[in-house]
Amino acid sequence: MDLFIEGDPIADTKAPEGPIETRWDRRRFEAKLVNPANRRKMTVIVVGTGLAGGSAAATLAEQGYQVKSYCYQDSPRRAHSIAAQGGINAAKNYRNDGDSVHRLFYDTVKGGDFRSRESNVHRLAEVSVNIIDQCVAQGVPFAREYGGLLDTRSFGGAQVQRTFYARGQTGQQLLLGAYQALERQIGLGNVEMNARHEMLELIIVDGKARGIVVRDLVTGEITTEMADAVVLASGGYGNVFYLSTNAKGCNVTATWRAHRKGAYFANPCYTQIHPTCIPVSGDHQSKLTLMSESLRNDGRVWVPKAKGDDRAPRDIPEDERDYYLERIYPSFGNLVPRDIASRAAKNVCDEGRGVGPTKLGVYLDFADAINRLGRKAIEAKYGNLFEMYERITGEDPYEVPMRIYPAVHYTMGGLWVDYDLQSTIPGLFVIGEANFSDHGANRLGASALMQGLADGYFVLPSTIANYLASGPFDKVEASHPAVVEARADVEDRIQRLLAVDGDRTVDSFHRELGQIMWEHCGMERSEAGLRKAIDEIRALREQFWQRVRVPGDGEGLNQSLEKAGRVADFFELAELMCIDALHRGESCGGHFRAEHQTPDGEAQRDDEHFAYVAAWEYTGTGEPSVLHKEDLKFEYVHPTQRSYK
Amino acid sequence: MNLTLRIWRQKGPEDKGRMVTYQVDDVSPDMSFLEMLDVLNERLILAGEEPVAFDHDCREGICGMCGLMINGDAHGPQRGTTACQLHMRQFSDGETIDIEPWRARAFPVIKDLVVNRNAFDKIIAAGGYITAPTGSAPEAHSTPVAKANADAAFESAACIGCGACVAACPNGSGMLFTAAKVTQLSLLPQGQPERYTRVIGMVDAHDEAGFGGCTNAGECTVVCPKGIPLNTIGRLNRDYLAATAKRGDTPGT
Repeated sequence: MDLFIEGDPIADTKAPEGPIETRWDRRRFEAKLVNPANRRKMTVIVVGTGLAGGSAAATLAEQGYQVKSYCYQDSPRRAHSIAAQGGINAAKNYRNDGDSVHRLFYDTVKGGDFRSRESNVHRLAEVSVNIIDQCVAQGVPFAREYGGLLDTRSFGGAQVQRTFYARGQTGQQLLLGAYQALERQIGLGNVEMNARHEMLELIIVDGKARGIVVRDLVTGEITTEMADAVVLASGGYGNVFYLSTNAKGCNVTATWRAHRKGAYFANPCYTQIHPTCIPVSGDHQSKLTLMSESLRNDGRVWVPKAKGDDRAPRDIPEDERDYYLERIYPSFGNLVPRDIASRAAKNVCDEGRGVGPTKLGVYLDFADAINRLGRKAIEAKYGNLFEMYERITGEDPYEVPMRIYPAVHYTMGGLWVDYDLQSTIPGLFVIGEANFSDHGANRLGASALMQGLADGYFVLPSTIANYLASGPFDKVEASHPAVVEARADVEDRIQRLLAVDGDRTVDSFHRELGQIMWEHCGMERSEAGLRKAIDEIRALREQFWQRVRVPGDGEGLNQSLEKAGRVADFFELAELMCIDALHRGESCGGHFRAEHQTPDGEAQRDDEHFAYVAAWEYTGTGEPSVLHKEDLKFEYVHPTQRSYK
Repeated sequence: MNLTLRIWRQKGPEDKGRMVTYQVDDVSPDMSFLEMLDVLNERLILAGEEPVAFDHDCREGICGMCGLMINGDAHGPQRGTTACQLHMRQFSDGETIDIEPWRARAFPVIKDLVVNRNAFDKIIAAGGYITAPTGSAPEAHSTPVAKANADAAFESAACIGCGACVAACPNGSGMLFTAAKVTQLSLLPQGQPERYTRVIGMVDAHDEAGFGGCTNAGECTVVCPKGIPLNTIGRLNRDYLAATAKRGDTPGT
């Protein structure tokens, strides 16, 4: 293929050897420490204030480092982790239902369709129990039983009840816990908080990440910020699809700029399409809203058995309904993992059995649960979600079944990191959704919150010390050529975006890019489609730089300029996603290639040829990227055909 | 439907600002309020005008970033709803809609409909937390919490920090925001050790930030998109009274 070049494999992930349950302990013991007096002399930059970034910044400051924190929102409390609804997994086994660290590890590796690194996932499962303790101590108001102890519930891809939750607002409550810990450190003067600031470039000096170039979104001022290490916690890139459940501002710029400077980007094609979102209502649609996966505990998914059945849902008799998840997957039923539930919804809609005005929808019906448990019980569990649904659609889900359809929700890919969460650039660490590390080709529900907080509270603060132990590094002046150049690149790019003064808006380009990606790099991908998408993306990218119109100037608050920079980076990422999807000639997790399916339509993995992480090295826009493979070894969980039947 | 919008335009903090009238046609009732503003902005950009700046992010009612005075109501006419979750089916064809920023001394305007709410962060930094450095936590089940208290704490913790309470208050008070956090943390056993220093720190920070005092007007709770109850302020006052008594002060001095 002319689209990429194969380079050397990745030889070392720094994961320790030995029995898996001892590896994290051993890594921590072998890691170098920084004495408290030296921590005060070192500065760490943390970009992003979601669960990963907020918890990392607070914890590093508690340990005594000087921390500089950045977010594009007006307050660190608004990062998009706040919108996570369902819950957070932890191997506490409070239910005595057979859960354990090993089972959480096993479920996560299997759920990721055997495309994640065993050592990392085991560490995640170990740390999960500490997260719950930490959050309870902070006053996170988790749901409780009458005896005062914590309640848990089931989530997709698991047969134990290990998901802790705070009604449908778990992400909000966990984030506010981290945010409050961060604010405490801000109040104590240990963290310099820079809200409404966006990172636009990474600064590398003598091969090490030493700072970032940021734009103050209020004044337009460009500054260079230096540190001993840089942590990116800037989230995922689902907004490359334009329509997704991400917040409008979510973007790939921080990680993409680092990629352009040498950090490998791993598995960019692994995208999670969440099965339960509110369907698109028209061309004006600006984002999609998720309905928590927890709804599948009590809601039953169905479509009419007959094509083109236009009757109102309550007029369709029971024996003319197809509860297709329960039919195809009797053992997991409505609780199959997300990738499987999404593709099943797509299949029934492709067959012409979709519901609602666009026919791109399936029912999620609570009538049985309301009959069984009573309306009150359903209200207590899901009240806020039902209200949200009614506000958006104007329909009452207590009376009429919800209509749902899959939407882009999470990206498993991200910057490649080793076991220490360090990228291929020394001193650049990547945590949370921004890295690729723990979810393989499909993330299980309630695992994103677990990973974000594991990385931020527990993993990074240990591993970054090993790097900083060789610091403090020589001070870098603003006049250093590498700093001057990074800053000039940012200024030049802003001027170029403003100078085009064309005839199309940024949003119109973003929407069109999103349509290409959804069509060809969404729930089902094929070689012909991906090749077509790559051509279309390149042509549209060229148009963008000739025809985009960014009003105003760079001197103050200019939301069009912010969007333009982000969309320009999405264009480059989109191409790499398609190349990655094209090269991976197998189906796994969220990556479904039409050419690679079992006779009954399930994903067909090819472990012989593709049991590796694809880490891409940037060589220039339009130039072929270099593929570095990290072979995945499975010593504890034997790869099998994933079955939820 | 066709609408007339009268929108507050202000180039920057120093600009005086004014209402400007725009016509927006072919609005779908299924659009959200912010999607309707997107349509206007796309048109303004193509016409060579500056689009209207407004804050927004999650567009699902949880991040608290959006905030508009719509016809004089914080977040608009539908109760329990943020501006991003407000849909155009709440309005009728031919209507004129006034759109303004939050107006409060503690929330200066940055541009158009965008204000600076940094004062809220300062209130939290002054005590809106439980001191529990990472790694120090005991086993989660060592601290049972009565379900009623846990549920009430959750109810207060649902605050999204949007600032509607301040915008609606005739005094520009941030007391509902402050009381929501005080209530959440003082209902939980983990929050007891700092209960009284917390309330004093937060109330002092609130006053320093330029928020007005609470006179129990109750407008805040009416517009609150998360339904934070007014009795949280009563709880704050009781804790504040107890705290000042413990400190040996006379309340109010």
